[in-house]
Amino acid sequence: MSPLLSMTHIDKRFAGIPALSSATFEVAPGEVHALIGQNGAGKSTLIKVLTGYHKRDAGEIVFDGAPFEATSPHHAQASGISTIYQEINLVPYRSVTENICLGREARRFGLLDWKRMHAEAESLLERFNLDLDVRRPLMEFNTATQQLVAIARAIGFSAKLVIMDEPTSSLDEREVAVLFEVIRQLKQDGVSVVFVSHKIDELYAVCDRVTIMRDGRTVKTAAMQEIDRIDLVSSMLGRSIEKNAGHATAFTSRDPKKIGAELLSARNMAVDQSVQDVSFDIRSGEIAGFAGLLGAGRTETARLVFGVDRPRNGAMKFEGQDYSPRNPGEAIAAGMGFCTEDRKSEGIVPEMSVAENMMLALMPKLNRSGIIDEKAQRAIVERFIAQLGIKCSGPDQKIRELSGGNQQKVLLARWLAMNPRLLILDEPTRGIDIGAKGEIQTLIKSLADQGLAVLMISSELEEVIEGADRVFVLREGKSVAELQREAATEDAVMAAMAEGAGPAQEEARVEQ
Amino acid sequence: MNRVRLIKLAGSYGVVIALILLVLFGWARYDYFLGFFNITSVLRYNAMFALVALGMCFVIMTGGIDLSVGSTAALGSVVAALASPYGAWTGLGAGVAAGLCVGLVNAGLIAGMRIMPFVATLATMLGASGVALLLADNQSVSVSYESGFTVIGQDNFLGFPIPAWIAMLAYLAGWVILNFTSTGRGILAVGGNEDASRMMGLPAGRIKFLVYLASGGLAGLAGVILASQFGAGQPIEGVGWELFAIAAVVVGGTLLTGGVGSVGATLAGVLLLGILFNVLNFENGKGWISLSAYWQSVIRGIFLLIVVIIQAKLASRVAGREH
Amino acid sequence: MSNSTRSANMVDPFDFLARYGTLIALALLIIFNIAFTRNFATMQTLNVNLTQVCTIVIVAVGMTLVIGTGGIDLSVGSLMAISGALAPMIFLGKIVPIDNIYLAVAVAMLASILVAGLFGLFNGWLVAHYRIQPIVATLVLFIAGRGIAQVMTNGNLQTFRVPEFQFIGLGRVFGIPFQVILMAAIVLVAYYVLKRTVFGRQIIAIGGNERAAELSGVAVSKVKLIVYAVSGLCAGVAGLIVIAINSSSDANLVGLGMELDAIAAVAVGGTFLSGGKATIIGTLLGAMTIQLVRYTLLANGVPDAAALVVKAAIIVLAVWIQQQGRQA
Repeated sequence: MSPLLSMTHIDKRFAGIPALSSATFEVAPGEVHALIGQNGAGKSTLIKVLTGYHKRDAGEIVFDGAPFEATSPHHAQASGISTIYQEINLVPYRSVTENICLGREARRFGLLDWKRMHAEAESLLERFNLDLDVRRPLMEFNTATQQLVAIARAIGFSAKLVIMDEPTSSLDEREVAVLFEVIRQLKQDGVSVVFVSHKIDELYAVCDRVTIMRDGRTVKTAAMQEIDRIDLVSSMLGRSIEKNAGHATAFTSRDPKKIGAELLSARNMAVDQSVQDVSFDIRSGEIAGFAGLLGAGRTETARLVFGVDRPRNGAMKFEGQDYSPRNPGEAIAAGMGFCTEDRKSEGIVPEMSVAENMMLALMPKLNRSGIIDEKAQRAIVERFIAQLGIKCSGPDQKIRELSGGNQQKVLLARWLAMNPRLLILDEPTRGIDIGAKGEIQTLIKSLADQGLAVLMISSELEEVIEGADRVFVLREGKSVAELQREAATEDAVMAAMAEGAGPAQEEARVEQ
Repeated sequence: MNRVRLIKLAGSYGVVIALILLVLFGWARYDYFLGFFNITSVLRYNAMFALVALGMCFVIMTGGIDLSVGSTAALGSVVAALASPYGAWTGLGAGVAAGLCVGLVNAGLIAGMRIMPFVATLATMLGASGVALLLADNQSVSVSYESGFTVIGQDNFLGFPIPAWIAMLAYLAGWVILNFTSTGRGILAVGGNEDASRMMGLPAGRIKFLVYLASGGLAGLAGVILASQFGAGQPIEGVGWELFAIAAVVVGGTLLTGGVGSVGATLAGVLLLGILFNVLNFENGKGWISLSAYWQSVIRGIFLLIVVIIQAKLASRVAGREH
Repeated sequence: MSNSTRSANMVDPFDFLARYGTLIALALLIIFNIAFTRNFATMQTLNVNLTQVCTIVIVAVGMTLVIGTGGIDLSVGSLMAISGALAPMIFLGKIVPIDNIYLAVAVAMLASILVAGLFGLFNGWLVAHYRIQPIVATLVLFIAGRGIAQVMTNGNLQTFRVPEFQFIGLGRVFGIPFQVILMAAIVLVAYYVLKRTVFGRQIIAIGGNERAAELSGVAVSKVKLIVYAVSGLCAGVAGLIVIAINSSSDANLVGLGMELDAIAAVAVGGTFLSGGKATIIGTLLGAMTIQLVRYTLLANGVPDAAALVVKAAIIVLAVWIQQQGRQA
């Protein structure tokens, strides 16, 4: 049977940097096809090329037996490709009916026929066993229902191919079951589904085949039954369990004597779906790594520690004292720093200079009178520029003109200037070129050697394994394993990421 | 959950309830409050504000703002007065056309050049006011009484003031457009989530263009009524109309962030703010206390404050539930 | 690295205009006037222009700080009316008679400026605590504020002849109008605060990236509160100057339309209306440019109304250039 969709040798570059290189992807009619990969592997770019959001640089797309070139997401939809995005792309204030019917309203005598539109919406939702008042605004329903409405909208467009980008990330078990029922029904009706998810159990529950992406390439396509979980994760991370690649990072071995007393402990932290039960502790001079797939709750846990969000449950101790920060200011005052994952929206102030960005947190402490001591600040800024090797034309250059690696160093300096006790680094080397990456890794180690406790979140397995003294593995919002440096081998970490169970099992493991 | 719904209900129907209570209060307290003369004069006077607020309501529903409506009305009144010797219809058409021209400039700046609505309409506010003063030679322009132009603002039709008829028809049209055409639904969708609307294939640019054009046209129409009612084109009238209109729209429960709005509630908002003034007049007439007319803006401000705080509480509730 | 070299070598025309456009425009206007306008290069002309621009600049300074945080303050004109209404009531002894005229004037000035500041604080409270959009939050006092001033005076014109008070608007020190000195002082202080203090940097950081500022421990709410309060104080001072010049206070007219003049000056001066970049000197230049354009047109026989149209065009042009420079 000829495939419904075939994308061959797709290339796409952004500002010269390849996001897709010769990616190839095929979907058969009536199959549920999983598309997986790490963040930045190219899944979303591939989908956006297909739906006309991005224009491809090279390659061929054949859809439904004919060459296909979507000019806009709307055009793709009209051609039978419906996409459900992870962030629900609907209009929250409008009614359920409007969200389903927007853009293809039923008319009578030239005016909208609300009666028919409500009926259509209701009958569509019946397929999901959803019985709701379609006249009420979407925002009155919970996220799961909104997600299902988005899916209903997509299917309502008589789609031949439905793309679901992490549709289950906000659903509970019962809702996931409903969704799977819908997917199976779609399949029976001959509709193909592309299913993007990081939850491995789900892939096995509902998908027929899987395509794994890494670094902009499609590295493997296989039938779901023929690939086991570890194999799946290792293909995603680009590691083979048989061979060890040796040293892939700039981290070198550490002297265990440099690790001191316990600094921070967190027990049974929970906030919502994203963090359900996370416990960990960290000592001064220690690098603790957080490993886990996307959506495992690593960043969300860090936000709790730094007082950005308030936990619903759990208790923390910092330096032996009860610790529950109400805002980042309190966390900073306690001696913490937090380099966020998203440099652009949460890190840099783009219109400000390197010096101003670097001094943002220290300023009030350094200049107690409120008047800036330019000389003192400049000395600190220049010291850090030299020490971290920040490449800029000078302290007064605007930070937005710097490369990603140099921006990251400025943000690191923002916290190092505070002389913190604990530094949280969320994806410290993402989007940074290899050279700067090594420098930052070396810096992290030397900081730890000087007694700084580092909590490092990274999706790059080697970074966690080679860099961290202890690795905490999170999976679907729960701590599933705590591995000492020696025990934290690639297969151990990957096994925990792929199939590790909740805290109960972890305790059992510790007892063994 | 229940409190959220309660706040929401208060937000959507609060203005109607407040309006009813105020009318009941006036009816119970003052002899001629619901008399024919009082009703028609309140309606006649507030018709122009109602028209301006209607345009503003549509603009705000897309998440924008139109600060130029007051000056546009002034310009419309001057142009209509100048054209009035050539006939009532000519005067009407000319005034509306002047308003459409300002609307067109706004639409071009905002939908075409992507200038922030706030800045773009601030500039056209100054510009329209300047043109009005130039055309009028810095004084009010008397309208022609022979051509029948004053009928528009001063006469009745079926016992009802003509300006009130015009406003009612405009609101009826606005209500139909908002609720029964895809353009209307598009306006709310673009205001609610512009990115999502574009993904759904809605012509966001065209929709924005249309609302600013409409707002200009309605302000021009309000200017025509102004000129006709007071017998002169008034180049310096309209100062502060835009903010009165915004207040009426907000009191009517339309969110300034866009995406939510109701034509009916906006009308209720206009009437509420208008009748407040009326009630103050009656109260002073009774002579028990003497509240100066100046209290009206204080009370309007307090109304706006209450509504805005309710909206903010509601918004933080919604945000809280999303996380 | 490649970025930095690019921007060093290549001058983007829009970026250049966004940076120096106002200064160039001002210089061109002066040259034009020296060449074509009679009696331009006189002390008289300078004084006329400076005194006319004073109140706008003072209000625009507060507005610059507010806009720097990404906000806006529509209430400034109404707050001017309040302070302008309150001061004469005090120094004319309508509230409590104060015998010593110097004491009365001092109390009047302090109290009315302070009251305007408190109303500004109220704006800040709405913005920071309730997270209400600044344009709506300050709309409340825009509407109610003038009403409060009118209610206080019952809408009556208050006339007075109190030289001790009117010094603020009519007095001269070494031949320089006192209000110009006051304006210069306010501009200098604000310039210093924005450039050299922790608080100034925090204002810009909030406007530039509020989330990043918050995550860096900046007390965002506190900074916003203060900024709106300062805007209120500035409006209070400007209100006093206006009534001092007029020898009378009319709550219906004091500060009418001032919010737009101030915003226009800020925008033309090169401050980003979306926040994150603010320049006090730019605001000063912006206000002077607008004033000089008006003066030039008037002095050369163009009616005041046409000047409004030109002002509108200048605002659009300035913002458009800024926008293009930013995208590049």
